[in-house]
Amino acid sequence: MSVSQSDFRAALLDPVQTIPDGLLDGADAPAGRRFNIYRNNVAVSLTEALHQGFPILTKLLGAQNMDGLAGIFLRAHPPSSPLMMHYGEALPGFLAGLPQLQHLPYLPDVARLELAIRRSYHAADHTPITPDRLGQIAPEALMLCSARLAPSAQLIRSDWPIFDIWRFNTEADAPKPQTGAQDVLVTRPDYDPVPRLLAAGAADWIAALQGGATLSDAYDQAAARHPEFDPGATLALLLQDGVITALTTEGEQP
Amino acid sequence: MLDSAKRDNTLPPRPGVGYKPQHFAAIMDNPGAVGWLEIHAENYMGDGGRPLAQLRHLSDRFPISVHGVGLSIGGEGPLDPDHLARLRHLITWLNPASFSEHLAWSTHDSAFLNDLLPLPYTNATLARVADHIDQVQEAVSRQMLLENPSSYLAFAESTWSETDFLAELSRRTGCGLLLDVNNVFVSATNLGYAPQGYIDAYPLDKVGEIHLGGHDEDIDDHGAQLLIDSHGREVVDPVWALLDHTLDRCGPKPVLVEWDTDVPDWPVLEAEAGRAATALERVVP
Repeated sequence: MSVSQSDFRAALLDPVQTIPDGLLDGADAPAGRRFNIYRNNVAVSLTEALHQGFPILTKLLGAQNMDGLAGIFLRAHPPSSPLMMHYGEALPGFLAGLPQLQHLPYLPDVARLELAIRRSYHAADHTPITPDRLGQIAPEALMLCSARLAPSAQLIRSDWPIFDIWRFNTEADAPKPQTGAQDVLVTRPDYDPVPRLLAAGAADWIAALQGGATLSDAYDQAAARHPEFDPGATLALLLQDGVITALTTEGEQP
Repeated sequence: MLDSAKRDNTLPPRPGVGYKPQHFAAIMDNPGAVGWLEIHAENYMGDGGRPLAQLRHLSDRFPISVHGVGLSIGGEGPLDPDHLARLRHLITWLNPASFSEHLAWSTHDSAFLNDLLPLPYTNATLARVADHIDQVQEAVSRQMLLENPSSYLAFAESTWSETDFLAELSRRTGCGLLLDVNNVFVSATNLGYAPQGYIDAYPLDKVGEIHLGGHDEDIDDHGAQLLIDSHGREVVDPVWALLDHTLDRCGPKPVLVEWDTDVPDWPVLEAEAGRAATALERVVP
């Protein structure tokens, strides 16, 4: 009697499925609940990974609810790679599709923010441009530059106040979240990612820069939807957090 | 201090510990008995950030063992070429003192199950695992060590003993072995054989590293004692005794203490390494 990994896996992820024949204890009797050790290892370790990867979501739902949700999620979406640092990419979509969570419509975006923080943490290192480099460029020439942004900079747009929710759940004495849309740029000035609240229009501007637009073209795109957008404050934020790794004029190599 | 093991880039026959980021500063300040460190390969497969920066600092100071937990070398399907490439990249970049993986599977049909799952010891498994080890050693351009599993059940279809199976894999592929003494104790208790007999049958001349760790206790359907390899507490006395039994036969080896869940403060882990140092001093030639 041979036990295929297909049979083993199916029984592993389905607690009510019969344990495959051909698995024994030390006295050649059927293995019985010994199989549950593997079931338990898989479920517990993946649940733990989701708790660790989504601490704010866990806090918002409560640890017990998170356990229940993780139990369903890990069976529907087991990791697709051994890199557990990225586990949970499918969680925002999964949360959005759960009828019992429709009264908490901001949860998928909270999960997206937590994924963005993890991506930022593991993103490649980069060297920000120096103030000297910026000083060499005349203001009118600057607008014709394109900016390369660090891979640790992660943009999240939301219809929900995700920055306030993040702050309320990570900082003592933070104000209670109000309603309203908030866009966030996760930056990594050193090794610790920091979510930054963006002004209206800034997400369009940053997305255009990430797409290779010049500062001027990016401004036009942002101002088309948000005429009040002032790129100065957002540029200062990018410089302060070391997000810009190169400034190049058209045709120039960085 | 850069000792000779670091210069020669080998694991010294001294205690090592599984590295946890929360111990970074303490290890740099006071490594105590610890002469080398082991990392889980998959935690260092990001593109950058603090994990790789810390690893760079640690590897300036300590010999590093890269221990894979996700390759699924016993998988029925082919090895994941992306994961092999990531391993090659990490090992080329770090040039560690050792690389090891497990006699187990963890991925099937592209689902990674995050556990080390058991294999039947048959001729078919032997041929497949030997082929996978050849591919790994080719990809990383070095010998790998293969670790014996902790077992909670056995396969009716097995025709090889675990020790003969490992010896034959080593003979066919030239891989070395990582002997986890706690796994031997756990498997022997769970499957009803004498752990010393396992050690006596084991090809100790192939061992490049020894593992120790803590385990939990449970019972099976028939009320028999069942040990769970949890790495969440101190190594128990019978496992220290089994280490002595092993070192008496193979002489000093690099000995690692693993503590992966409910990780204690550094002094507790360092004390475990100190106990391993005492065991090693007993057998200094």
